[in-house]
Amino acid sequence: MPEHSEHIVSPKVYVTIFLALIIGTSLTTWAAFQNFGPFNIVIAVGIATTKATLVVLYFMHARYSSKRTKLVIVCALFWLAIMLALTLSDYQTRGRDQSRFAPPAQSSFSA
Amino acid sequence: MHRTGELYGQFQTLDQQKESATLGMWVFLVTEVLFFGGMFLTYTINRHAFFTAFGIGSNTLDIQLGTTNTIVLIMSSFTMAMAVWSAQVGKKKLVPLFLILTLALGCVFLGIKAVEYNQKFEHHLVPGRNFDMAYRSSHPAPGDDAKEIALEKREVEEAFAADPDTNAHAQLYFSLYFAMTGLHALHMIIGAGLLIWLINASLRGRFTPQYNTPVEVIGLYWHFVDIVWIYLFPLFYLIDRHR
Repeated sequence: MPEHSEHIVSPKVYVTIFLALIIGTSLTTWAAFQNFGPFNIVIAVGIATTKATLVVLYFMHARYSSKRTKLVIVCALFWLAIMLALTLSDYQTRGRDQSRFAPPAQSSFSA
Repeated sequence: MHRTGELYGQFQTLDQQKESATLGMWVFLVTEVLFFGGMFLTYTINRHAFFTAFGIGSNTLDIQLGTTNTIVLIMSSFTMAMAVWSAQVGKKKLVPLFLILTLALGCVFLGIKAVEYNQKFEHHLVPGRNFDMAYRSSHPAPGDDAKEIALEKREVEEAFAADPDTNAHAQLYFSLYFAMTGLHALHMIIGAGLLIWLINASLRGRFTPQYNTPVEVIGLYWHFVDIVWIYLFPLFYLIDRHR
């Protein structure tokens, strides 16, 4: 392993990322008030993922990390994807009426 | 343990020592991703099943406080990153300064969160016996915006007309809201504790360009907590604002 392989990220990069995150926050708040139909949630999650990626790559230095560390990060996403994809595909293939998973109606709940 | 300067006996170089520590932290963060991932999955399934109830629940959250909190947390992530930089380039006086700023912003976040939780208690939106989606719009406080209350009243009435069990389903939304933001806040509180320890050590000049692993590693944790909020914010505050 090379000596002093540490990459120091400059404050300029941090400021740029910070500004990008603030713009992302404004954008997602603005987009939430527009009617994009089913795409509202896609846009919201898309912006959030972009912001999260910027944080991981620059604030958390993933871009400058060793291959070993990168592999660990990709593993997290991979296992998360397995959990989400398999569980959601299970629920999606159980038919439209998902209200049967609801708790039984209790009279004490209704006002 | 045997130690030469900052280098512990089981490592050959400082670089190797630092990489082991950051790798270890990342492995912990993988478990955290899956931990929070499970909750986001639960949220997604229930949001899909009880679309209207989640929508009206989401619209009761205070979007100004939520957006402010998002910006506060992003700022704290930035100051944390700057603390890491200060330690790496050996600006020893800047390290505690940036860490104190990070802690202060973290406390502002928790304070705003406490205000929000308090509102939910006042509006009878905490899951349990007194939960009632219709409470707030039928008992407006003097300071409330009349137009917004009227909008909420109509929304809640429509929801009850379509689904008499709206209160039960909206409780699911608020259970997830409190569980997930509460767990996030718990992580913030733990982070604040770690920051206090870091501030202490940095005031004693502990961190140098050769040895700044604790700042880096706690920084990773802090940024992770920021990422969780980056997802919590749109999924809880913004899902049904286009009305």
